[in-house]
Amino acid sequence: MDDVTFTEAFRDPAIARGLVRDIQRAADRPMRLMEVCGTHTMAIFRHGIRDLLPPAITLLSGPGCPVCVTDTLDINGFIALSQREEVIVATFGDLLRVPGSFTSLRREAAEGADVRVVYSAMDAVTLARQHPDRTVVFLGVGFETTTPTVAAAILTARDLGLTNFCVYSAHKVVPPALEALMQAPDTRIDGFLLPGHVSVIIGTEAYRPFFERFGLPCVVAGFEPLDILAAIGDLARQIADGRPALTNAYRRAVGDAGNPRARQVMAQVFAPCDTRWRGLGTIPASGLAIRDEFAAFDATRRFKIAVVEMPEPKGCLCGPVLTGARVPTDCALFGKRCTPTDPVGPCMVSSEGSCAAFYRFQR
Amino acid sequence: MPDKDKIAITLDHGAGGKLAHQLTTELLLPLFDNPLLAQLHDGAVFETDQGRLAFSTDTFVVDPLFFPGGSIGELAVNGTVNDLAMCGALPRYLSMGLIVEEGLPMADLRRVLEQARAAMDLAGVQLITGDTKVVPRGAADKLFINTAGIGVVPPGIRIGGDGARPGDRILLSGTMADHGIAVLTQREQMAFQSDVRSDTAPLNAMAQAVLAAAPGVRVLRDPTRGGVGTALNEIAVQSAVGMTIQEALLPVDPAVAGICDLLGFDPLYLANEGKMLCCAPAQQAEAALAAMQASPYGRRAAIIGEVTAQEPGRVVMATRIGGRRIVDMLTGEQLPRIC
Ligand code: SF4
Repeated sequence: MDDVTFTEAFRDPAIARGLVRDIQRAADRPMRLMEVCGTHTMAIFRHGIRDLLPPAITLLSGPGCPVCVTDTLDINGFIALSQREEVIVATFGDLLRVPGSFTSLRREAAEGADVRVVYSAMDAVTLARQHPDRTVVFLGVGFETTTPTVAAAILTARDLGLTNFCVYSAHKVVPPALEALMQAPDTRIDGFLLPGHVSVIIGTEAYRPFFERFGLPCVVAGFEPLDILAAIGDLARQIADGRPALTNAYRRAVGDAGNPRARQVMAQVFAPCDTRWRGLGTIPASGLAIRDEFAAFDATRRFKIAVVEMPEPKGCLCGPVLTGARVPTDCALFGKRCTPTDPVGPCMVSSEGSCAAFYRFQR
Repeated sequence: MPDKDKIAITLDHGAGGKLAHQLTTELLLPLFDNPLLAQLHDGAVFETDQGRLAFSTDTFVVDPLFFPGGSIGELAVNGTVNDLAMCGALPRYLSMGLIVEEGLPMADLRRVLEQARAAMDLAGVQLITGDTKVVPRGAADKLFINTAGIGVVPPGIRIGGDGARPGDRILLSGTMADHGIAVLTQREQMAFQSDVRSDTAPLNAMAQAVLAAAPGVRVLRDPTRGGVGTALNEIAVQSAVGMTIQEALLPVDPAVAGICDLLGFDPLYLANEGKMLCCAPAQQAEAALAAMQASPYGRRAAIIGEVTAQEPGRVVMATRIGGRRIVDMLTGEQLPRIC
């Protein structure tokens, strides 16, 4: 991590130029490629990768920003919890600014709610130990990368006998969302750039059923510019040759089987459930609920959270943006009523949201 | 959209990005408007019968009080010294106001003040007036410090955010984000181990050396809160010029870069407390660079880009791999991402 020459090796301009030439050669027709991971979206914008690609290639940002796909119902639920006197809400920072139907966690904090930013679920456990007279609710948002750490935190809390720690699980898993994307209206995707971090946990083979069903080029990619360019080149070649495959362009981190130990911890605490995604609706078996055995650590069972169904903000195209049917600049509010300072939809809030990335890097 | 007066101040308003900028331009400026304030520089420069003076103030709240490489004491001194230095002034006198929370250990206060004193000696300034208030537990967090400072601007020196001209080279005096990461990792001890140290340092000597070596320099700025990215945007807007910076030329400590990657932070937006930016005419850029590098606080100084005539107000980065992207102002505090 702290070896700059290692990082620089993945940002080498000469190699990048070679990879871009490969892409240019392969891109013999319009190709719509979707990156399904917010970290990819960020990396693509930060390194100016869109700028290097031939016009035939369109990159779409999929539903891979955990904050963006969190349903308004859940956001409202988080906020409702923060308003309770006895509760300390522990959350990752990006959730703070997401507007619920009426307010955001950040505004509630300004009004007196106890909302703390943590860097891991384990930090929230520490917080619970430090405040035995309060109940710490950790807002569990994220994909397979985050969930094992949350599961581990719940196991730790149980082993410590903590009774004042619980989790609001809005966790999601990636493969079912890919299937839902293929069935979303107006979506045309020719290939997928699959998320590297998630794949470290679930392994390449986790995408096999999806690949067999839809026969679309799928490449697992890392996050350095050269990783991404190489993966795009691989996708472009597969499309040009008409030979779709499920390949792994991130071998230094991802194996076929992923990390069985992390998955086992995850499965011990969580069970699959249907869940709502912003923009995609309810997707079967795409969420993770806390198992009955750990009910004491489930915020949704400990607290009666009354939340009302509210329509999405008027004019916000986050839904179709998340499925790749539209791009942020299609939205009439983009850059006018909706900016990172005053966001209307979640895609403008999270640093990894596609609207925010477009606004910050590409106007 | 919320009615602007109904919303409460959030932490984002203090983070040195767009919202802070709005707070200044939409609330403070209209209320107190005058030509000196409207310079919107780190400090104000005004004429007196005896010559020109620079005047600046800054308030310091930092958690924790002590962090690797410094403490709130040094920050409070260097912060104001640097604001004056960025006006091209020779800092002379400081005031210091302390707001102390009931219960602060006397030893901590002493240590902070001793370090403030040492920083003043290093910068060559004197404390000439001060004030102390103690507030009940909970009414402040341990210790807040305000300092104000006065400096003398040598004849002929005119520095401001509006002096950048197309063709100027942009210089940065060293690695970005060291202070931001040092404080962050100290605060979040649970999650990180790192030996990144704050860069807090007085920049007055370096600033004077740069001005002596490159008299054509018209812009100096210390990229504190909001980082290099925000400071460049401010200069680009005030000077109505474009800027292009080269990612490959930006100095970043490898450990800092690693932590930033991990948290999804961009070092361009993290605070520095001992770095300066300067825009120098192309023919004087090398001289300015040499002056920076000769300072103990500027060894890793670099020319990071160029002022352009294109797209006034916009800062663009040429990325290492040959792409281009916008460098926007920071909007609100950077928040660690969920992965
Ligand atoms: S620009 Fe704003 S309103 Fe439009 S889709 Fe994006 S987040 Fe929603």
